[in-house]
Amino acid sequence: MAATPTSATPTSKYMTEGEVGLGVALMVGALLCALASARAVDAPFSIHMAVFALAALAGLVTILRRYGARPAAPPRQEIDGKPNYNLGPIKFATVAAMAWGIAGFSVGCIIAFQLWAPSLNLGLEYTSFGRLRPLHTSAVIFAFGGNVLIGTSFYVVQRTCRARLAGELAPWFVVLGYNLFIVVAGTGYLMGVTQSKEYAEPEWYADLWLTVVWVTYLLVFLATLRKRTEPHIFVANWFYLAFIVTIAMLHIVNNLAMPVSFLGSKSYPMFAGVQDALIQWWYGHNAVGFFLTAGFLAIMYYFVPKRAERPIYSYRLSIIHFWALIFMYIWAGPHHLHYTALPDWAQTLGMTFSIMLWMPSWGGMINGLMTLSGAWDKLRTDPVLRFMVVSLAFYGMATFEGPMMAIKAVNSLSHYTDWTIGHVHSGALGWVAYISFGALYCLVPWLWNRRELYSLKLVEWHFWISTLGIVLYITSMWVAGIMQGLMWRAYNALGFLEYSFVETVEAMQPYYLVRALGGVLFLTGALIMAYNLAMTIAGKTAAESDPLPADGALPGTAGLAPAE
Amino acid sequence: MADTANPGTPPAAPETTGHEWDGIAEYNNPLPRWWLYTLYATIVWSFGYWVAYPAWPLVSGYTGGVLGYSQRQTVLDEVDAVRRDRNARGQTQLAGASVAEIRADPALLRLALATGKAAFGDNCAACHGTSATGRTGYPNLQDDDWLWGGSPEEIERTIRYGARSGNGEAHVGDMPAFGRDGVLKRDEAEAVASYVLSLSGKPGVAGASLEKGAETFAGTCAACHGETAKGNPEMGAPNLTDPIWLYGSSPEQVVATVMNGRKGVMPAWEGRLDPATIKSLAVYVHGLGGGH
Repeated sequence: MAATPTSATPTSKYMTEGEVGLGVALMVGALLCALASARAVDAPFSIHMAVFALAALAGLVTILRRYGARPAAPPRQEIDGKPNYNLGPIKFATVAAMAWGIAGFSVGCIIAFQLWAPSLNLGLEYTSFGRLRPLHTSAVIFAFGGNVLIGTSFYVVQRTCRARLAGELAPWFVVLGYNLFIVVAGTGYLMGVTQSKEYAEPEWYADLWLTVVWVTYLLVFLATLRKRTEPHIFVANWFYLAFIVTIAMLHIVNNLAMPVSFLGSKSYPMFAGVQDALIQWWYGHNAVGFFLTAGFLAIMYYFVPKRAERPIYSYRLSIIHFWALIFMYIWAGPHHLHYTALPDWAQTLGMTFSIMLWMPSWGGMINGLMTLSGAWDKLRTDPVLRFMVVSLAFYGMATFEGPMMAIKAVNSLSHYTDWTIGHVHSGALGWVAYISFGALYCLVPWLWNRRELYSLKLVEWHFWISTLGIVLYITSMWVAGIMQGLMWRAYNALGFLEYSFVETVEAMQPYYLVRALGGVLFLTGALIMAYNLAMTIAGKTAAESDPLPADGALPGTAGLAPAE
Repeated sequence: MADTANPGTPPAAPETTGHEWDGIAEYNNPLPRWWLYTLYATIVWSFGYWVAYPAWPLVSGYTGGVLGYSQRQTVLDEVDAVRRDRNARGQTQLAGASVAEIRADPALLRLALATGKAAFGDNCAACHGTSATGRTGYPNLQDDDWLWGGSPEEIERTIRYGARSGNGEAHVGDMPAFGRDGVLKRDEAEAVASYVLSLSGKPGVAGASLEKGAETFAGTCAACHGETAKGNPEMGAPNLTDPIWLYGSSPEQVVATVMNGRKGVMPAWEGRLDPATIKSLAVYVHGLGGGH
């Protein structure tokens, strides 16, 4: 990317194979999508095909303009013997993650308040709980979490392989294509387009598009690993690779469906009944396992030792817990279907593998926390590291609570109650979001070449406000969920249910309010973070952070990315 | 590791693996013992569980486990136990007994009230409220004012067939839309509404003539609501002299009722609930306090 030194013989400029190939594909794609939009049998499909057509056209124009502006020679792989890292797509994913995060947390707050006061849905179909709920889950898991994973994986794989990212257009295709998928999925929910599979709501055409994007992601990642100049593959990259490969498999199998019309949005899944339920939760639980656990453990394995400036505690533990996690997790899905039509034997396997999963999950927590031995004092002065350490604590708590809730006796109380919602959020807010916040706070100064964040004091505020929010959220859902479960199973002397369903709903109302307020605190923290990151990118430094803490209190890596 | 053999010396710094990625090295610490043994324990426990319970699929069928556990059988047994218990308490007599017989037999009454309470919570509370006090458009079942009659038999009939429910036996007859249908002009509707409100001492529309209202009432409304406006349960016509107003007692609300009519629906529960449950519901609702 750096200006090429004036060469004596100017090389003539050609389009690369990638530019020609992608350009032609986009042109054909734009035409086909425009045609599909015109002939569509339902309005949402027509709108989405128009969105795809416009996106393809925009991509085509961008490729042509990029070609016009770029030098004849391709970007160099190395500059002065150091890898010429490709940071553009990572910057995009970082900003997108923050923006989607705010959007997803906000929708979460709205639906939390709707549970407290249902009339807040305003009587509109577009703002009804049923449509906003998948918008919230997809925005936080796939839009926020997905962009964090793609962004950090592209960063970590380059730096730990000491190699520039493979491909020039491909990484951009992955990042932009993934966010296009998010837009199509989200607008689809609002228009009522859903295949009613939890965490896999987008319809067949969005699924197909994500498949193309995801396979490209896998190829970029593999090709970068292949051209590494380090002899061994770093542990974070095992986890990233497991995440990418497994999500591809889960996504494809769970979304096997037949469209009613190839010009319409509706489709029917290939599986039916309890088989469909089992496939869905094999997908659903491993989305937790490989998207929200393996992927974010990869983030942990790079960013915690980097920020703490300490070696990783145990290579042996990392290798054992990696393979144990990969092997055990894939079996655990049936614990979502205890006491249903699922055969007893499948429920047993789901439960026992969930129990055996406990220690493999904790391996990651131990490796992360023990990496801090000798550096615990940094927690006092570095709120970014504190975010990551607390995330590991929440990870440990959630991965203990999970196997416990998978035990059939416990599950008979917890299943279908808001205890599950509390469990999910202790993992989602405490683990996934906190490790992401820590990583983003590290990454933004590195990517934009800033000495340090705009304000560490604001990071402190973010930390304490959102921690209070999480505590309110989880405790209210524990109390509410366990109360709900106990009310459901209360019988009187004649064998009749003690409480009607409506009474249990009434009893939940105060807890719903506490939960919603917890969510507002979490959102407030994220807004502070977005401001802090925006000011960092703008190159500003808050007055309070002018005198940096004493030597050694902040890691040397906090500012400029090392070894550039 | 070597240093564990000599407890007298402080442990040496653990060795790294020798690799480094972007400045990150790795120690090669052994697996924490407690971690490893807990992992083993969960595996051993799982093997034990597999022996005891249905666990592994085979070519046809699956390993059944030595305890002979079956979730389906457990549920069937539990349902059976409840059914036997209920029958012992008179469940089988409930469907055949008249409401009077049920109320005469304390054991049957206890069973009917319990059945009715549970059924009410799941089926009726959504409209009439968990405490059966109703809300605008949905009658309060705690008071002694009954649109279609408040005897146990009348309540049972209302539950079974509903009102304006589409069921052939349902209560029919509704409040016509006198204004919309062109029978009454707005000032006439305001006058009659004010007259009706005056019967229970409530203020009417400002400036409306009560005499004119009384005239209109006698000519138009008395056929259903009666000369004295005390209502008629045969037609579901409410008593207009008491302080109970299903659709609100403000002058605007009553004028709206006269102008546009009302036809609230009570669903028919026949076919959705079994006869014993419907009978129990009638006993329960009648016993809420306001039954005739």
